[in-house]
Amino acid sequence: MKARLISWIVAAVLLAALPPLLLALGQPFYLDLVRRIMILAIAAISLNLILGYGGMVSFGHAAYIGVGAYAVGILGFYGFFNGWLHILVAMAASALVALAIGAVSIRTSGIYFIMITLAFTQMLYYLGISVAEFGGDDGMRLKQRSQLGIVDLNDPVQFYYLALVLMLLSVFLIHKLINSRFGMALRACRSNEARSRAIGFSPYPYRLAAFVIAGALCGLAGALYGNHINYITPSLMTWEQSGDLMFMVILGGMATTAGPVLGAFALLIVEEVLKGWTEHWQVLMGPLLILSVLFFRRGLAGIFYKPDA
Amino acid sequence: MLEVHALTKSFGALRATDGVTLKVEEGETHAIIGPNGAGKTTLIGQLAGMLLPDGGSIRFAGEDITRLPAPRRARKGLARSFQITSIYRDFSALQNVALAVQAASGRTGFWRPAFDDESLIAPAKKILAEVGLEKRMHAVAANLSHGEQRQLEVAMALATRPRLLLLDEPMAGMGAEESQRMIGFLAGLKQRHTMILVEHDMDAVFRLADRISVLVYGRVIATDTPERIKQNEEVRRAYLGEDA
Repeated sequence: MKARLISWIVAAVLLAALPPLLLALGQPFYLDLVRRIMILAIAAISLNLILGYGGMVSFGHAAYIGVGAYAVGILGFYGFFNGWLHILVAMAASALVALAIGAVSIRTSGIYFIMITLAFTQMLYYLGISVAEFGGDDGMRLKQRSQLGIVDLNDPVQFYYLALVLMLLSVFLIHKLINSRFGMALRACRSNEARSRAIGFSPYPYRLAAFVIAGALCGLAGALYGNHINYITPSLMTWEQSGDLMFMVILGGMATTAGPVLGAFALLIVEEVLKGWTEHWQVLMGPLLILSVLFFRRGLAGIFYKPDA
Repeated sequence: MLEVHALTKSFGALRATDGVTLKVEEGETHAIIGPNGAGKTTLIGQLAGMLLPDGGSIRFAGEDITRLPAPRRARKGLARSFQITSIYRDFSALQNVALAVQAASGRTGFWRPAFDDESLIAPAKKILAEVGLEKRMHAVAANLSHGEQRQLEVAMALATRPRLLLLDEPMAGMGAEESQRMIGFLAGLKQRHTMILVEHDMDAVFRLADRISVLVYGRVIATDTPERIKQNEEVRRAYLGEDA
């Protein structure tokens, strides 16, 4: 327990020390990369709640990145630039979308659950393409980034620290959640549904609540991501993006606190390295992912410690 | 306490439950015996709400629960153990029981760690001590021996503070020594709980049961005290005669 806390503090200090270091080295590009990784890590952390702890294989988690980003873009389009409003609307809209998708999909399981969550996200993707007012297929540049007052998102370093703080906060929140009564019941329903029903847990409300919480948190990641790329586009909601998020969680270690963060860093850094090496980086990425799943059964987090019992 | 009336359940052409009528009185230990395939587990499944009957009714504590989902029945005080061990294998023994305490409490929370919650942990420890698992409470359930897992199974049913316990072969797969300990434990439990006991171990059934119902091909062919069941010709022919 204590060793884990120390490793989190070390990681936080290292990440906090990165901006001055990179700026001194004249490598601002990597600042941008790490910021993107941390934002997507928040999305992966949210997915881990339902995929890892809830046992729900959602293959449509990119939907909430899209909803969060579009909330920022659309509010800006109509002249609302207050960042707190952006975040509030992004999270609330994502929670509502998650409520609708979850209410239908959680009644199913297995392959049906995967296909339904995918289908809903494809619907949102095509909705994004078809709404010409917000750029349709091409997407739309943000008129302005979200105005948060205390943090200036146009300043790469300030934005970086905001992403870092929110990522660590997300880790902490989910950690508290999964150890609470709610989290224990959610994990129990994944571990043994028949037993859970026999002692009096109805799995559905727990799963739906987890689905909505994960949607809201991913909506936050979406709002940040929209600001990060300064653009909104339907391609935020592709199934490849959903697959990437799933891969971060699986690679990092499902149902572990650090897993999604480790997975996000590993996946995106390897991707960056391979891209610098060859144009056909995906040919190398595929086998690497397969090997990593074969060799790290419990994900990267499993190298450091056993998954939470 | 429990009244089952004309319950039927078919799987295709097989009538697994064929007009079962049973009454379990408050405080009694009611055993259900019968040869393999008699429909004992199917009956328990319907009582616990895992299976819905095709016809008939189930009343529990004066209330019709025939169509009530399993979790609601559990919260009304109907607890079951499974014939094939069903526990949270990746959780510790203590967590297993604490989860059952939590489920029965009907309360949830999103912040306070459940493992720091004395209102869950204290009763869970007490029940683990009762079943004799207190030394193993921090062991992961998957690493417990078969006998210990069976004890945990019963402990979880107890932790929901049930008004009626449905025990589906609590001695299944146990060695002789473990079985004797479990019988001793159930004999103590019997003083405070109403129980339905499905069991193959005749020694256990005759020591524990106040009344016995004999199930053959989905029908109850007799319900009576253990002494009378032993002497019942039809029962001897249908069941006891085979191995006695």
